[in-house]
Amino acid sequence: MSNEELTERVRRIIATAQHLPEEKVTADSTFAELSIDSLDGINILFAVESEFNINIPDEAAQSIRSVRDVVDGIAKLLAEGPGGNKEPVQV
Amino acid sequence: MAGGSACPTGMTRRVVITGVGVVCALGHNSGEFWHALSQGRSGIAPLESIEPGLLRFENGAEVRNWDPLRHFDEKETGMLDRFAQFGVVAAREAVTDASIEWTAELKQQSAIVTGSCVGGQGTEDEGFVNLYRKNIPRVNPLTIPRTMENAAASRISLELGIVGPTYTVSTACSSSNHAIGQAFWMVRNGAARMAIAGGSEAVFSLGFLKAWEAMRVVSPDTCRPFSKDRRGLILGEGAAMLVLEPLESAQARGARIYAEVLGFGMGSDAFHITQPSPDGAARAMLAGLADAGLTPEDIGYINAHGTATQANDATETAAIRKVFGSHAEKLAVSSTKSMHGHTLGAAGALEGVATALALHHGILPPTANYSEPDPACDLDVIPNQARAAQVEYALSNSFAFGGLNAVLAFGRARR
Repeated sequence: MSNEELTERVRRIIATAQHLPEEKVTADSTFAELSIDSLDGINILFAVESEFNINIPDEAAQSIRSVRDVVDGIAKLLAEGPGGNKEPVQV
Repeated sequence: MAGGSACPTGMTRRVVITGVGVVCALGHNSGEFWHALSQGRSGIAPLESIEPGLLRFENGAEVRNWDPLRHFDEKETGMLDRFAQFGVVAAREAVTDASIEWTAELKQQSAIVTGSCVGGQGTEDEGFVNLYRKNIPRVNPLTIPRTMENAAASRISLELGIVGPTYTVSTACSSSNHAIGQAFWMVRNGAARMAIAGGSEAVFSLGFLKAWEAMRVVSPDTCRPFSKDRRGLILGEGAAMLVLEPLESAQARGARIYAEVLGFGMGSDAFHITQPSPDGAARAMLAGLADAGLTPEDIGYINAHGTATQANDATETAAIRKVFGSHAEKLAVSSTKSMHGHTLGAAGALEGVATALALHHGILPPTANYSEPDPACDLDVIPNQARAAQVEYALSNSFAFGGLNAVLAFGRARR
């Protein structure tokens, strides 16, 4: 997946979760600019985890403050592959 | 109110604690609970009830070696979720501890007020696993009476024959402070002649824990309140109950008095559904002090809400500084959640008992697992070692998701 494609998907997820028009969410938007608070933030990460079937560790989650942080974090987790990222729990 | 007025209208009574009962990770009775608190021993350990690897966190403050058949027969056990079992066993201890001599009149004029955040969610979880996953098309009818948040209160009423005001408060992590506060007010104003008040909770089912995991506030190691390296809360389970009665009747029957309940303050942040507000917490502490007729300078100890999340501990410190000003330097503050975990709807009850016993024994329980000062939490948090100190007045704070705050004020029993 290209970086552009990943960014598009993240913009769409955030726009949906926040009930915002997609054009308001740019690759350079910060969470503060989009009025995304801590609870909104964890809700977005939940949507991201579900979309990409990844687990975002709590400590990585705490440093996410912008759309770019989300994109970079996902890229890193996807690059690490199944070995680097524990499979989501199946219960 | 059932049974007519317990005291003439307009009179208020001083209210004291004459019995306590506890079940939690630190033990199955109040003696074991206090022993652990005064030793600074934590009950946090790897989870036994959940298979390893299913959660991002692996520790909790579970009630260990709980055998319901030691306390209930098989039929009763089937009627009671774990949370209600804890509540009933704690209430039995509290009533026995208080050496209550029941009369028909006292049973008519006594109240029971309990707190619980999630009631019998473990029973519900199990029923839904059967339905959704195992395709068993029937859910046990006892799921309803086991799950209701008032299951413990109702069972205590049935068992003791108490027919006065009996109900349950559910305000997330403030539930049992609200319960104790309302029971205290009923005894103070004569609406009840005696009250059993407290709370109980059993949180360890996979579905509920997965939801906590998603909130990203549970520590991957332990609970380090006010410590710079704190990484979140640790969930706990258990119950605590207190017997509240007028000072006059306690003295008349020669009862042992642990402490006096002096005031109760509550309010709402009206700020954010999960982020805490120092203003709301400060208002609740001031309301508790005002209800008790105390000034900030009277207080020597605060049993803090102290969850060990980044947000709570810094906000609570700011709120304490706002209320106490320069007196904050003289206050001792600790979070016993570092030892019994965060038991949600039972938290205020466990911490109320801890505060009453601290006043009774002249020992302040510590904040365990403390490792590093945080400039944002620059209070005397009694790190790791209990402290011998006879405090006259203390507060116990509970602040809940939803912005609901409840603060109790306690005083040392006068001898």
